[in-house]
Amino acid sequence: MIESIRNLGRAGVDSVASMGRAGNLFVQSITWGGPGSAGFLDFIRQIHSVGVRSLSIIVVAGFFVGMVLALQGYNILIKFGSVSALGTMVSLTLLRELGPVMAALLFAGRAGSALTAEIGLMKATEQLSAMEMMGVDPLKRVITPRLWAGIISLPILALLFSTVGIWGGAFVAVDMLGLYDGAYWSNMQNTVMFTEDVLKGLFKALVFGLVVTWIAVYQGYDSEPTSEGIGKATTKTVVISSLAVLGLDFILTAVMLGGV
Amino acid sequence: MSESSSHAEAHVKIQDVTFYRGTRRIYDGLNVAFPRGKITAIMGPSGTGKTTLLRMIGGQLRADKGQVLVDEADVGKMSRSDLFELRKNKMGMLFQTSGLFTDLNVFENVAFPLRVHTNLSENMIRDLVLMKLEAVGLRGAREMMPAELSGGMIRRVALARSIAMDPELIMYDEPFTGLDPISMGMILRLIKGLNEALGLTSLLVSHDVDESCQIADYLCILSEGKVIGFGTPDELRNGDNAEVRQFLNGDPDGPVPFHYPAADYREDLMAGDPS
Repeated sequence: MIESIRNLGRAGVDSVASMGRAGNLFVQSITWGGPGSAGFLDFIRQIHSVGVRSLSIIVVAGFFVGMVLALQGYNILIKFGSVSALGTMVSLTLLRELGPVMAALLFAGRAGSALTAEIGLMKATEQLSAMEMMGVDPLKRVITPRLWAGIISLPILALLFSTVGIWGGAFVAVDMLGLYDGAYWSNMQNTVMFTEDVLKGLFKALVFGLVVTWIAVYQGYDSEPTSEGIGKATTKTVVISSLAVLGLDFILTAVMLGGV
Repeated sequence: MSESSSHAEAHVKIQDVTFYRGTRRIYDGLNVAFPRGKITAIMGPSGTGKTTLLRMIGGQLRADKGQVLVDEADVGKMSRSDLFELRKNKMGMLFQTSGLFTDLNVFENVAFPLRVHTNLSENMIRDLVLMKLEAVGLRGAREMMPAELSGGMIRRVALARSIAMDPELIMYDEPFTGLDPISMGMILRLIKGLNEALGLTSLLVSHDVDESCQIADYLCILSEGKVIGFGTPDELRNGDNAEVRQFLNGDPDGPVPFHYPAADYREDLMAGDPS
Protein backbone atom coordinates (compact mmCIF):
# COMPACT_ATOMS: atom_id res chain seq x y z
CA MET A 1 0.00 0.00 0.00
CA ILE A 2 2.66 2.44 1.17
CA GLU A 3 4.82 1.21 -1.68
CA SER A 4 2.17 1.99 -4.30
CA ILE A 5 1.59 5.48 -2.88
CA ARG A 6 5.32 6.04 -2.94
CA ASN A 7 5.51 4.90 -6.56
CA LEU A 8 2.64 7.19 -7.47
CA GLY A 9 4.43 10.11 -5.86
CA ARG A 10 7.68 9.24 -7.56
CA ALA A 11 5.97 9.00 -10.96
CA GLY A 12 4.42 12.40 -10.32
CA VAL A 13 7.72 13.98 -9.38
CA ASP A 14 9.43 12.36 -12.38
CA SER A 15 6.87 13.64 -14.83
CA VAL A 16 7.02 17.18 -13.42
CA ALA A 17 10.83 17.08 -13.60
CA SER A 18 10.61 15.81 -17.16
CA MET A 19 8.28 18.66 -18.11
CA GLY A 20 10.73 21.07 -16.56
CA ARG A 21 13.59 19.66 -18.62
CA ALA A 22 11.43 19.83 -21.74
CA GLY A 23 10.60 23.47 -21.00
CA ASN A 24 14.25 24.24 -20.41
CA LEU A 25 15.21 22.62 -23.71
CA PHE A 26 12.52 24.61 -25.51
CA VAL A 27 13.59 27.96 -24.07
CA GLN A 28 17.25 27.32 -24.87
CA SER A 29 16.76 25.99 -28.37
CA ILE A 30 13.94 28.09 -29.81
CA THR A 31 16.20 31.07 -30.50
CA TRP A 32 19.03 31.10 -33.01
CA GLY A 33 22.57 32.18 -32.19
CA GLY A 34 25.02 31.03 -29.54
CA PRO A 35 28.18 28.91 -29.56
CA GLY A 36 28.44 27.17 -32.92
CA SER A 37 24.87 27.97 -33.89
CA ALA A 38 23.44 26.25 -36.95
CA GLY A 39 23.38 28.15 -40.21
CA PHE A 40 20.65 28.70 -42.77
CA LEU A 41 21.87 25.74 -44.78
CA ASP A 42 21.37 23.37 -41.82
CA PHE A 43 17.83 24.67 -41.53
CA ILE A 44 17.08 23.99 -45.20
CA ARG A 45 18.59 20.53 -44.88
CA GLN A 46 16.30 19.78 -41.93
CA ILE A 47 13.22 21.04 -43.77
CA HIS A 48 14.19 18.60 -46.50
CA SER A 49 14.58 15.73 -44.08
CA VAL A 50 11.40 16.28 -41.99
CA GLY A 51 9.20 18.02 -44.55
CA VAL A 52 10.05 16.97 -48.07
CA ARG A 53 10.60 13.37 -47.09
CA SER A 54 7.11 13.27 -45.52
CA LEU A 55 5.49 14.38 -48.77
CA SER A 56 4.70 10.95 -50.18
CA ILE A 57 2.90 9.65 -47.11
CA ILE A 58 0.96 12.93 -46.75
CA VAL A 59 -0.12 13.04 -50.38
CA VAL A 60 -1.19 9.40 -50.59
CA ALA A 61 -3.00 9.50 -47.24
CA GLY A 62 -4.68 12.79 -48.14
CA PHE A 63 -6.01 11.42 -51.40
CA PHE A 64 -7.53 8.35 -49.74
CA VAL A 65 -9.05 10.32 -46.87
CA GLY A 66 -10.66 12.71 -49.37
CA MET A 67 -12.03 9.79 -51.37
CA VAL A 68 -13.57 8.13 -48.31
CA LEU A 69 -15.04 11.43 -47.12
CA ALA A 70 -16.72 11.98 -50.47
CA LEU A 71 -18.06 8.42 -50.59
CA GLN A 72 -19.49 8.53 -47.06
CA GLY A 73 -20.76 12.08 -47.47
CA TYR A 74 -22.48 11.26 -50.75
CA ASN A 75 -24.38 8.37 -49.22
CA ILE A 76 -25.54 10.44 -46.27
CA LEU A 77 -26.34 13.65 -48.12
CA ILE A 78 -28.28 11.92 -50.89
CA LYS A 79 -30.88 10.85 -48.30
CA PHE A 80 -31.58 14.51 -47.61
CA GLY A 81 -31.39 15.46 -51.26
CA SER A 82 -28.45 17.76 -50.65
CA VAL A 83 -25.58 16.13 -52.50
CA SER A 84 -24.73 19.55 -53.89
CA ALA A 85 -23.29 20.35 -50.44
CA LEU A 86 -20.77 17.53 -50.79
CA GLY A 87 -17.91 19.79 -51.93
CA THR A 88 -18.51 22.08 -48.97
CA MET A 89 -18.59 19.17 -46.55
CA VAL A 90 -15.42 17.55 -47.86
CA SER A 91 -13.42 20.77 -47.99
CA LEU A 92 -14.50 22.10 -44.59
CA THR A 93 -13.87 18.75 -42.88
CA LEU A 94 -10.42 18.63 -44.38
CA LEU A 95 -9.40 22.25 -43.90
CA ARG A 96 -10.75 22.62 -40.37
CA GLU A 97 -10.07 19.21 -38.88
CA LEU A 98 -8.70 16.30 -40.80
CA GLY A 99 -5.98 18.14 -42.68
CA PRO A 100 -4.13 19.47 -39.62
CA VAL A 101 -4.89 16.47 -37.38
CA MET A 102 -4.16 13.68 -39.82
CA ALA A 103 -1.08 15.42 -41.16
CA ALA A 104 0.17 15.89 -37.58
CA LEU A 105 -0.43 12.23 -36.70
CA LEU A 106 1.34 11.04 -39.85
CA PHE A 107 4.10 13.57 -39.24
CA ALA A 108 4.59 12.25 -35.70
CA GLY A 109 4.92 8.72 -37.02
CA ARG A 110 7.12 9.53 -40.00
CA ALA A 111 9.26 12.52 -39.01
CA GLY A 112 8.89 12.67 -35.21
CA SER A 113 10.06 9.13 -34.61
CA ALA A 114 12.96 9.62 -37.02
CA LEU A 115 14.02 12.80 -35.20
CA THR A 116 13.94 11.05 -31.82
CA ALA A 117 15.94 8.10 -33.08
CA GLU A 118 18.49 10.33 -34.82
CA ILE A 119 19.10 12.55 -31.81
CA GLY A 120 19.05 9.58 -29.44
CA LEU A 121 21.69 7.82 -31.51
CA MET A 122 23.81 10.96 -31.69
CA LYS A 123 23.65 11.03 -27.91
CA ALA A 124 24.44 7.33 -27.53
CA THR A 125 27.47 7.56 -29.81
CA GLU A 126 28.74 10.62 -27.88
CA GLN A 127 28.38 12.90 -30.90
CA LEU A 128 26.51 15.43 -28.77
CA SER A 129 29.12 15.26 -25.99
CA ALA A 130 31.91 15.58 -28.54
CA MET A 131 30.21 18.68 -29.93
CA GLU A 132 29.95 20.19 -26.47
CA MET A 133 33.62 19.57 -25.84
CA MET A 134 34.46 21.30 -29.12
CA GLY A 135 32.72 24.39 -27.82
CA VAL A 136 29.61 23.86 -29.92
CA ASP A 137 26.27 23.93 -28.16
CA PRO A 138 24.31 20.90 -29.39
CA LEU A 139 21.05 22.63 -28.51
CA LYS A 140 21.82 25.42 -30.96
CA ARG A 141 23.51 23.24 -33.52
CA VAL A 142 21.27 20.19 -33.57
CA ILE A 143 17.97 21.01 -31.89
CA THR A 144 17.19 24.55 -33.10
CA PRO A 145 17.16 23.85 -36.86
CA ARG A 146 15.15 20.66 -36.36
CA LEU A 147 12.59 22.38 -34.14
CA TRP A 148 12.05 25.19 -36.63
CA ALA A 149 11.96 22.82 -39.59
CA GLY A 150 9.06 21.00 -37.94
CA ILE A 151 7.22 24.23 -37.13
CA ILE A 152 7.53 25.42 -40.74
CA SER A 153 6.89 22.08 -42.42
CA LEU A 154 3.70 20.86 -40.78
CA PRO A 155 1.40 23.74 -41.86
CA ILE A 156 2.57 23.29 -45.44
CA LEU A 157 2.05 19.53 -45.23
CA ALA A 158 -1.42 20.02 -43.71
CA LEU A 159 -2.38 22.38 -46.52
CA LEU A 160 -1.17 19.86 -49.07
CA PHE A 161 -3.09 17.11 -47.30
CA SER A 162 -6.30 19.13 -47.54
CA THR A 163 -5.69 20.10 -51.16
CA VAL A 164 -5.02 16.57 -52.29
CA GLY A 165 -7.96 15.37 -50.17
CA ILE A 166 -10.30 17.79 -51.95
CA TRP A 167 -9.07 16.46 -55.28
CA GLY A 168 -9.60 12.92 -54.02
CA GLY A 169 -13.14 13.89 -53.04
CA ALA A 170 -13.74 15.36 -56.48
CA PHE A 171 -12.39 12.21 -58.09
CA VAL A 172 -14.94 10.04 -56.26
CA ALA A 173 -17.87 12.45 -56.36
CA VAL A 174 -17.55 13.76 -59.88
CA ASP A 175 -15.72 11.08 -61.82
CA MET A 176 -17.07 7.99 -60.10
CA LEU A 177 -20.48 8.90 -58.66
CA GLY A 178 -21.41 11.31 -61.41
CA LEU A 179 -22.05 14.42 -59.33
CA TYR A 180 -22.18 17.59 -61.44
CA ASP A 181 -18.73 19.10 -61.03
CA GLY A 182 -20.04 22.69 -60.93
CA ALA A 183 -22.02 21.80 -57.80
CA TYR A 184 -18.96 20.32 -56.13
CA TRP A 185 -16.58 23.20 -56.86
CA SER A 186 -18.80 26.31 -56.85
CA ASN A 187 -20.57 25.47 -53.58
CA MET A 188 -17.13 24.98 -52.09
CA GLN A 189 -15.99 28.32 -53.43
CA ASN A 190 -19.03 30.07 -52.02
CA THR A 191 -18.86 28.66 -48.51
CA VAL A 192 -15.20 28.19 -47.60
CA MET A 193 -13.83 31.36 -45.96
CA PHE A 194 -10.15 32.14 -46.08
CA THR A 195 -9.67 33.44 -42.54
CA GLU A 196 -12.43 31.40 -40.89
CA ASP A 197 -11.50 28.03 -42.35
CA VAL A 198 -8.15 28.03 -44.07
CA LEU A 199 -6.17 30.22 -41.68
CA LYS A 200 -7.63 28.70 -38.54
CA GLY A 201 -6.76 25.26 -39.85
CA LEU A 202 -3.25 26.43 -40.62
CA PHE A 203 -2.93 27.86 -37.14
CA LYS A 204 -3.83 24.47 -35.71
CA ALA A 205 -1.20 22.84 -37.90
CA LEU A 206 1.37 25.37 -36.72
CA VAL A 207 0.65 24.52 -33.07
CA PHE A 208 0.73 20.79 -33.82
CA GLY A 209 4.01 21.17 -35.69
CA LEU A 210 5.56 22.90 -32.72
CA VAL A 211 4.25 20.38 -30.19
CA VAL A 212 5.09 17.24 -32.17
CA THR A 213 8.62 18.40 -33.03
CA TRP A 214 9.23 19.60 -29.51
CA ILE A 215 8.20 16.24 -28.07
CA ALA A 216 10.31 14.43 -30.66
CA VAL A 217 13.53 16.38 -30.09
CA TYR A 218 13.07 16.33 -26.33
CA GLN A 219 12.53 12.57 -26.23
CA GLY A 220 15.66 12.08 -28.31
CA TYR A 221 17.76 14.48 -26.29
CA ASP A 222 16.55 13.10 -22.97
CA SER A 223 16.66 9.43 -23.99
CA GLU A 224 18.74 6.90 -22.16
CA PRO A 225 21.76 6.36 -24.43
CA THR A 226 21.22 2.64 -24.98
CA SER A 227 19.47 0.79 -27.79
CA GLU A 228 16.61 -0.03 -25.44
CA GLY A 229 16.37 3.59 -24.30
CA ILE A 230 16.19 4.89 -27.86
CA GLY A 231 13.49 2.35 -28.71
CA LYS A 232 11.46 3.49 -25.72
CA ALA A 233 11.95 7.14 -26.56
CA THR A 234 10.78 6.61 -30.15
CA THR A 235 7.63 4.87 -28.96
CA LYS A 236 7.01 7.63 -26.45
CA THR A 237 7.34 10.28 -29.15
CA VAL A 238 4.63 8.69 -31.27
CA VAL A 239 2.28 7.97 -28.36
CA ILE A 240 2.65 11.27 -26.51
CA SER A 241 2.55 13.46 -29.59
CA SER A 242 -0.50 11.65 -31.01
CA LEU A 243 -2.39 12.13 -27.78
CA ALA A 244 -1.20 15.73 -27.48
CA VAL A 245 -2.40 16.48 -31.02
CA LEU A 246 -5.85 15.01 -30.42
CA GLY A 247 -6.23 16.71 -27.04
CA LEU A 248 -5.00 20.06 -28.29
CA ASP A 249 -7.26 19.78 -31.32
CA PHE A 250 -10.31 19.80 -29.10
CA ILE A 251 -9.05 22.73 -27.04
CA LEU A 252 -8.10 24.78 -30.10
CA THR A 253 -11.38 24.04 -31.83
CA ALA A 254 -13.34 24.99 -28.73
CA VAL A 255 -11.44 28.25 -28.37
CA MET A 256 -11.70 29.18 -32.05
CA LEU A 257 -15.35 28.26 -32.49
CA GLY A 258 -16.11 29.81 -29.13
CA GLY A 259 -19.05 27.44 -28.67
CA VAL A 260 -18.03 25.59 -25.55
CA MET B 1 50.06 12.95 -2.94
CA SER B 2 53.76 12.44 -3.45
CA GLU B 3 56.38 15.14 -3.78
CA SER B 4 57.05 14.63 -7.46
CA SER B 5 53.85 16.30 -8.66
CA SER B 6 54.62 19.58 -6.95
CA HIS B 7 57.65 20.24 -9.18
CA ALA B 8 55.61 21.11 -12.23
CA GLU B 9 53.02 23.85 -12.24
CA ALA B 10 49.47 22.53 -12.01
CA HIS B 11 47.25 22.97 -15.04
CA VAL B 12 44.16 21.37 -13.58
CA LYS B 13 43.43 21.35 -9.88
CA ILE B 14 40.68 19.41 -8.16
CA GLN B 15 40.04 20.84 -4.71
CA ASP B 16 37.92 19.11 -2.12
CA VAL B 17 35.44 17.84 -4.70
CA THR B 18 32.40 15.88 -3.67
CA PHE B 19 30.16 14.38 -6.30
CA TYR B 20 27.00 12.32 -6.06
CA ARG B 21 25.38 10.29 -8.78
CA GLY B 22 21.83 9.89 -7.56
CA THR B 23 22.34 8.95 -3.93
CA ARG B 24 25.65 7.16 -4.57
CA ARG B 25 28.70 9.11 -3.55
CA ILE B 26 31.36 8.97 -6.26
CA TYR B 27 33.85 11.43 -4.80
CA ASP B 28 34.22 12.60 -1.25
CA GLY B 29 36.65 15.44 -0.77
CA LEU B 30 38.85 14.59 -3.74
CA ASN B 31 42.09 16.57 -3.99
CA VAL B 32 44.49 16.23 -6.88
CA ALA B 33 46.53 18.44 -9.21
CA PHE B 34 47.54 17.57 -12.76
CA PRO B 35 50.83 19.10 -13.87
CA ARG B 36 51.11 21.17 -17.05
CA GLY B 37 52.67 19.67 -20.14
CA LYS B 38 52.79 16.13 -18.73
CA ILE B 39 50.89 12.94 -19.39
CA THR B 40 48.99 11.83 -16.34
CA ALA B 41 47.19 8.50 -16.42
CA ILE B 42 44.13 8.31 -14.20
CA MET B 43 43.59 4.71 -13.23
CA GLY B 44 41.51 2.71 -10.87
CA PRO B 45 38.94 -0.07 -10.66
CA SER B 46 35.82 0.14 -12.81
CA GLY B 47 33.11 2.33 -11.36
CA THR B 48 35.40 4.67 -9.44
CA GLY B 49 34.27 7.56 -11.62
CA LYS B 50 37.34 8.18 -13.75
CA THR B 51 35.25 9.30 -16.70
CA THR B 52 33.17 11.37 -14.29
CA LEU B 53 36.34 13.21 -13.32
CA LEU B 54 37.09 14.04 -16.97
CA ARG B 55 33.54 15.22 -17.47
CA MET B 56 33.82 17.49 -14.45
CA ILE B 57 37.01 19.01 -15.83
CA GLY B 58 35.22 19.52 -19.15
CA GLY B 59 32.31 21.15 -17.33
CA GLN B 60 29.78 18.58 -18.54
CA LEU B 61 29.15 17.57 -14.95
CA ARG B 62 29.28 19.90 -11.98
CA ALA B 63 30.72 18.98 -8.64
CA ASP B 64 28.27 19.06 -5.75
CA LYS B 65 30.94 20.62 -3.56
CA GLY B 66 34.47 21.89 -4.08
CA GLN B 67 36.27 23.40 -7.03
CA VAL B 68 37.54 22.17 -10.38
CA LEU B 69 40.16 24.67 -11.50
CA VAL B 70 41.51 24.82 -15.04
CA ASP B 71 44.15 27.53 -15.33
CA GLU B 72 42.94 28.79 -11.95
CA ALA B 73 39.41 29.34 -13.27
CA ASP B 74 36.60 27.44 -11.58
CA VAL B 75 34.87 25.41 -14.29
CA GLY B 76 31.87 24.67 -12.08
CA LYS B 77 31.04 28.36 -11.63
CA MET B 78 31.47 29.48 -15.22
CA SER B 79 28.60 30.86 -17.24
CA ARG B 80 27.48 28.78 -20.19
CA SER B 81 29.16 31.09 -22.69
CA ASP B 82 32.48 31.19 -20.78
CA LEU B 83 32.44 27.44 -20.58
CA PHE B 84 31.94 27.09 -24.33
CA GLU B 85 34.70 29.61 -24.90
CA LEU B 86 37.05 27.57 -22.69
CA ARG B 87 36.21 24.32 -24.48
CA LYS B 88 36.60 25.94 -27.86
CA ASN B 89 40.11 27.29 -27.29
CA LYS B 90 41.71 25.39 -24.46
CA MET B 91 40.41 21.84 -24.29
CA GLY B 92 40.06 18.77 -26.40
CA MET B 93 38.57 15.46 -25.49
CA LEU B 94 38.73 12.08 -27.11
CA PHE B 95 35.67 10.04 -26.24
CA GLN B 96 35.57 6.31 -25.76
CA THR B 97 33.22 5.87 -28.71
CA SER B 98 35.00 8.73 -30.50
CA GLY B 99 31.79 10.60 -31.33
CA LEU B 100 32.61 11.11 -35.00
CA PHE B 101 29.74 12.68 -36.93
CA THR B 102 28.41 9.81 -38.98
CA ASP B 103 26.94 12.06 -41.68
CA LEU B 104 30.29 13.73 -42.45
CA ASN B 105 33.37 12.21 -44.05
CA VAL B 106 36.80 12.15 -42.41
CA PHE B 107 37.88 15.49 -43.85
CA GLU B 108 34.67 17.27 -42.82
CA ASN B 109 34.81 15.76 -39.35
CA VAL B 110 38.22 17.27 -38.73
CA ALA B 111 37.20 20.50 -40.44
CA PHE B 112 34.07 20.83 -38.30
CA PRO B 113 35.53 22.81 -35.36
CA LEU B 114 37.49 25.03 -37.75
CA ARG B 115 34.45 25.80 -39.85
CA VAL B 116 32.31 26.55 -36.83
CA HIS B 117 34.79 28.58 -34.84
CA THR B 118 36.97 30.36 -37.37
CA ASN B 119 36.54 32.46 -40.48
CA LEU B 120 39.51 30.90 -42.23
CA SER B 121 39.46 30.57 -45.99
CA GLU B 122 38.67 27.24 -47.56
CA ASN B 123 42.31 26.88 -48.61
CA MET B 124 43.55 27.49 -45.11
CA ILE B 125 41.08 25.02 -43.63
CA ARG B 126 42.13 22.44 -46.20
CA ASP B 127 45.79 22.87 -45.26
CA LEU B 128 45.10 22.68 -41.53
CA VAL B 129 42.92 19.59 -41.86
CA LEU B 130 45.50 17.84 -44.02
CA MET B 131 48.21 18.67 -41.49
CA LYS B 132 46.17 17.20 -38.65
CA LEU B 133 45.31 14.13 -40.73
CA GLU B 134 48.95 13.71 -41.72
CA ALA B 135 49.89 13.77 -38.04
CA VAL B 136 47.63 10.78 -37.39
CA GLY B 137 48.61 9.11 -40.66
CA LEU B 138 45.20 9.29 -42.31
CA ARG B 139 45.66 11.95 -44.97
CA GLY B 140 44.87 9.30 -47.56
CA ALA B 141 41.56 8.40 -45.93
CA ARG B 142 40.08 11.88 -46.07
CA GLU B 143 37.21 10.96 -48.39
CA MET B 144 36.05 7.97 -46.34
CA MET B 145 32.94 7.94 -44.18
CA PRO B 146 33.19 6.93 -40.49
CA ALA B 147 31.23 3.74 -41.19
CA GLU B 148 34.01 2.56 -43.55
CA LEU B 149 36.80 2.97 -40.98
CA SER B 150 38.25 0.44 -38.56
CA GLY B 151 38.13 1.04 -34.81
CA GLY B 152 41.70 2.27 -34.66
CA MET B 153 41.23 4.62 -37.61
CA ILE B 154 38.07 6.06 -36.08
CA ARG B 155 39.98 6.89 -32.94
CA ARG B 156 42.79 8.51 -34.90
CA VAL B 157 40.34 10.68 -36.84
CA ALA B 158 38.69 11.69 -33.57
CA LEU B 159 42.13 12.52 -32.21
CA ALA B 160 42.88 14.69 -35.24
CA ARG B 161 39.55 16.43 -34.73
CA SER B 162 40.16 17.08 -31.04
CA ILE B 163 43.50 18.76 -31.75
CA ALA B 164 42.14 20.78 -34.68
CA MET B 165 41.82 23.91 -32.57
CA ASP B 166 45.25 23.39 -30.94
CA PRO B 167 44.10 22.90 -27.34
CA GLU B 168 46.40 23.17 -24.33
CA LEU B 169 44.72 20.35 -22.47
CA ILE B 170 43.57 17.10 -23.96
CA MET B 171 41.65 14.36 -22.22
CA TYR B 172 41.53 10.77 -23.42
CA ASP B 173 38.69 8.57 -22.22
CA GLU B 174 39.74 4.93 -22.49
CA PRO B 175 41.73 5.41 -25.69
CA PHE B 176 43.02 1.82 -25.81
CA THR B 177 39.79 -0.10 -25.32
CA GLY B 178 38.91 -2.52 -28.09
CA LEU B 179 41.96 -1.91 -30.25
CA ASP B 180 44.20 -4.49 -31.85
CA PRO B 181 47.89 -4.38 -30.80
CA ILE B 182 48.99 -2.46 -33.90
CA SER B 183 46.31 0.24 -33.55
CA MET B 184 47.07 0.40 -29.85
CA GLY B 185 50.73 0.99 -30.63
CA MET B 186 49.79 3.78 -33.02
CA ILE B 187 47.57 5.51 -30.47
CA LEU B 188 50.28 5.21 -27.81
CA ARG B 189 52.81 6.77 -30.13
CA LEU B 190 50.40 9.54 -31.07
CA ILE B 191 49.55 10.44 -27.49
CA LYS B 192 53.20 10.54 -26.55
CA GLY B 193 54.15 12.37 -29.73
CA LEU B 194 51.50 15.05 -29.34
CA ASN B 195 52.50 15.60 -25.77
CA GLU B 196 56.15 16.04 -26.71
CA ALA B 197 55.66 18.06 -29.87
CA LEU B 198 52.98 20.44 -28.64
CA GLY B 199 53.55 20.36 -24.89
CA LEU B 200 49.95 19.35 -24.35
CA THR B 201 48.79 18.56 -20.88
CA SER B 202 47.35 15.10 -21.36
CA LEU B 203 44.95 13.33 -19.03
CA LEU B 204 44.43 9.71 -19.81
CA VAL B 205 41.77 7.49 -18.31
CA SER B 206 42.60 3.85 -18.79
CA HIS B 207 42.56 0.35 -17.35
CA ASP B 208 45.56 -0.78 -19.31
CA VAL B 209 48.36 -0.61 -16.78
CA ASP B 210 51.26 -1.63 -19.01
CA GLU B 211 50.35 0.70 -21.88
CA SER B 212 49.68 3.63 -19.58
CA CYS B 213 52.95 3.12 -17.70
CA GLN B 214 54.83 3.17 -21.00
CA ILE B 215 53.85 6.72 -21.83
CA ALA B 216 52.62 8.37 -18.63
CA ASP B 217 54.81 10.75 -16.67
CA TYR B 218 52.57 10.35 -13.65
CA LEU B 219 49.97 7.88 -12.52
CA CYS B 220 46.99 8.89 -10.43
CA ILE B 221 45.31 5.88 -8.86
CA LEU B 222 41.75 6.35 -7.64
CA SER B 223 39.77 4.06 -5.43
CA GLU B 224 36.45 4.62 -3.71
CA GLY B 225 36.40 8.33 -4.34
CA LYS B 226 39.93 9.05 -3.12
CA VAL B 227 43.38 9.30 -4.61
CA ILE B 228 45.31 6.36 -3.19
CA GLY B 229 48.47 6.97 -5.15
CA PHE B 230 50.03 9.71 -7.23
CA GLY B 231 53.54 9.63 -8.65
CA THR B 232 55.72 8.30 -11.41
CA PRO B 233 55.09 4.66 -12.41
CA ASP B 234 58.35 3.55 -10.76
CA GLU B 235 57.64 5.35 -7.50
CA LEU B 236 54.24 3.71 -7.22
CA ARG B 237 55.45 0.24 -8.19
CA ASN B 238 58.06 0.38 -5.46
CA GLY B 239 55.89 2.28 -3.01
CA ASP B 240 54.49 0.93 0.23
CA ASN B 241 50.79 1.17 -0.60
CA ALA B 242 49.55 -2.41 -0.93
CA GLU B 243 46.36 -1.46 -2.77
CA VAL B 244 48.29 0.54 -5.40
CA ARG B 245 50.68 -2.37 -5.90
CA GLN B 246 47.77 -4.78 -6.19
CA PHE B 247 46.26 -2.63 -8.90
CA LEU B 248 49.48 -2.16 -10.85
CA ASN B 249 50.34 -5.86 -10.68
CA GLY B 250 46.78 -6.99 -11.35
CA ASP B 251 46.59 -9.37 -8.38
CA PRO B 252 43.11 -10.87 -8.10
CA ASP B 253 43.01 -10.69 -4.32
CA GLY B 254 44.49 -8.27 -1.82
CA PRO B 255 43.33 -5.07 -0.15
CA VAL B 256 40.64 -4.92 -2.84
CA PRO B 257 38.94 -8.21 -2.05
CA PHE B 258 38.03 -10.79 -4.65
CA HIS B 259 34.72 -11.36 -2.85
CA TYR B 260 32.02 -8.74 -2.74
CA PRO B 261 31.08 -8.28 0.95
CA ALA B 262 28.69 -11.07 1.91
CA ALA B 263 27.39 -13.01 4.89
CA ASP B 264 29.40 -15.95 6.13
CA TYR B 265 29.64 -18.56 3.36
CA ARG B 266 28.78 -21.56 5.54
CA GLU B 267 25.81 -19.86 7.16
CA ASP B 268 24.59 -18.67 3.79
CA LEU B 269 24.57 -22.19 2.39
CA MET B 270 22.86 -23.60 5.47
CA ALA B 271 20.16 -20.94 5.34
CA GLY B 272 18.72 -22.48 2.17
CA ASP B 273 18.40 -25.88 3.90
CA PRO B 274 14.72 -26.67 4.57
CA SER B 275 15.42 -28.66 7.76
